[in-house]
Amino acid sequence: MHALHPPGEDSGQARPDPAGNSRSAVPPGSKTVLGSEEIRRALTRIAHEIVERTDGASDVVLLGIPTRGVPLAHRLAARLSQAEGHPAPAGSLDITMYRDDLRLRPARSLGHTEVPAEGIDDKIVVLVDDVLYSGRTVRAALDALGDLGRPRAVQLAVLVDRGHRELPIRPDYVGKNLPTSQREVVRVLLAEVDGQDAVILGQDSAEPGADGAAGAGR
Amino acid sequence: MNRHLISAADLSRDDALLILDTADELAQVADRPIRKLPTLRGRTVVNLFYEDSTRTRISFEAAAKRLSADVINFSAKGSSVAKGESLKDTALTLEAMGADAVVIRHSASGAPHRLAGWVRGSVVNAGDGQHEHPTQALLDAFTMRRRLGRLDGLRVTIVGDVLHSRVARSNVLLLRTLGAEVTLVAPPTLLPVAVGSWPCDSGYDLDAALPKTDVVMMLRVQAERMNAAYFPTVREYSRRYGLDDRRLALLPEHAIVMHPGPMNRGVEIAADVADSPRSTIVEQVANGVSIRMAVLYLLLGGAEAAR
Repeated sequence: MHALHPPGEDSGQARPDPAGNSRSAVPPGSKTVLGSEEIRRALTRIAHEIVERTDGASDVVLLGIPTRGVPLAHRLAARLSQAEGHPAPAGSLDITMYRDDLRLRPARSLGHTEVPAEGIDDKIVVLVDDVLYSGRTVRAALDALGDLGRPRAVQLAVLVDRGHRELPIRPDYVGKNLPTSQREVVRVLLAEVDGQDAVILGQDSAEPGADGAAGAGR
Repeated sequence: MNRHLISAADLSRDDALLILDTADELAQVADRPIRKLPTLRGRTVVNLFYEDSTRTRISFEAAAKRLSADVINFSAKGSSVAKGESLKDTALTLEAMGADAVVIRHSASGAPHRLAGWVRGSVVNAGDGQHEHPTQALLDAFTMRRRLGRLDGLRVTIVGDVLHSRVARSNVLLLRTLGAEVTLVAPPTLLPVAVGSWPCDSGYDLDAALPKTDVVMMLRVQAERMNAAYFPTVREYSRRYGLDDRRLALLPEHAIVMHPGPMNRGVEIAADVADSPRSTIVEQVANGVSIRMAVLYLLLGGAEAAR
């Protein structure tokens, strides 16, 4: 597996970690920028913003982008239904077949796409991802949505916005704005996937395979 | 994954499971309003069919088109092959046209293997003589896994004209890789001489095998390849090796009936059985498109260097 994600690599795809160290504590030279408590508060705030901005979230469908956008979408859905008393449908949207960098790497295995039974026609779709970086994943997600139906509006929620956009895309809901240099790596760990919640900022380590490859893009 | 798909034996367990898992995701595309993915835009897939085929050619064509590849169909009839052009010269012509993948069906066993040495693109075997038909085996395994939930330890009985069947050979090899137990049942004349060296059991008595079977796969009696008398009469074959209502009742409750098509109704399979809810014959056709999409994606979707 690649230790370095090429620019344009936006969100983390499922990468099995041969060393099994994705569950380990913060590696040397890295620091935790968000702990589990901060992640919890950020998601609660985003959920309230969604309710405000969408008039009670009654037409909202949350679609997480695999891997780590999916548990985030489900967590947001749980908060929305708690806040508003009606269930908020959540699902996943795999964008692998729509990527613009497919030919740069061997064929990737596909993530799972699961659109809630209500469909997305005339709904407000909120795309959910862990890290917003180049914006290419979101571009791919917009193309994928277009083949699934015609939402009334599409919005974007991310846990971390680390800047360095390569496309004219901006998020509607942001957990934390994290100014980074392109040499740095942002890793998001979530309990559902990694056994713990944390956002870790590290240096781009030069040794191949040293990156736990758990979270999202550099 | 290898650059080509020529034999089911080339697939490791991980490769085979990757293809099945990918097909599982791609099967959803058939239920969407827009049944198309942009993934292979700008790639060219040539269907090179030297032998008649309905479902396999259409299936490959549909798969390539759903992935937005350009498809060129070539059949031996009405082409320069009728004027005596050799396979190699045809291959070089395709090469010059920039084919990224060549899907070949040929009556000579080994033709895809030869072709792979002549072209730069990927070669996919869509059936060569009596040798192999790997995508059929993959779609059969995919159908079994969807219906019965697993492949490991599954008891599969393949019945009929094993001798002339490329489907049987590919299925034996692939199902073995995936952990299923395969039994071949056929008249002695229709079992290959070397069947003892295949990774499966064989027998002559269908009634005895059926109660211990999760999947029964009926093979077509390939009259067009039979240049000798392999059994006395069609009626006798049908009595001893045909799947009728009585034999269907011998199967366990959950067992399914498969047939790679085209069927000879009334010979190897009774019409009632072919149309029963336990038959997966129509499902197999739909699953074929998903499997071939997965194979084309995995062979062509990634970087050139990795192929």
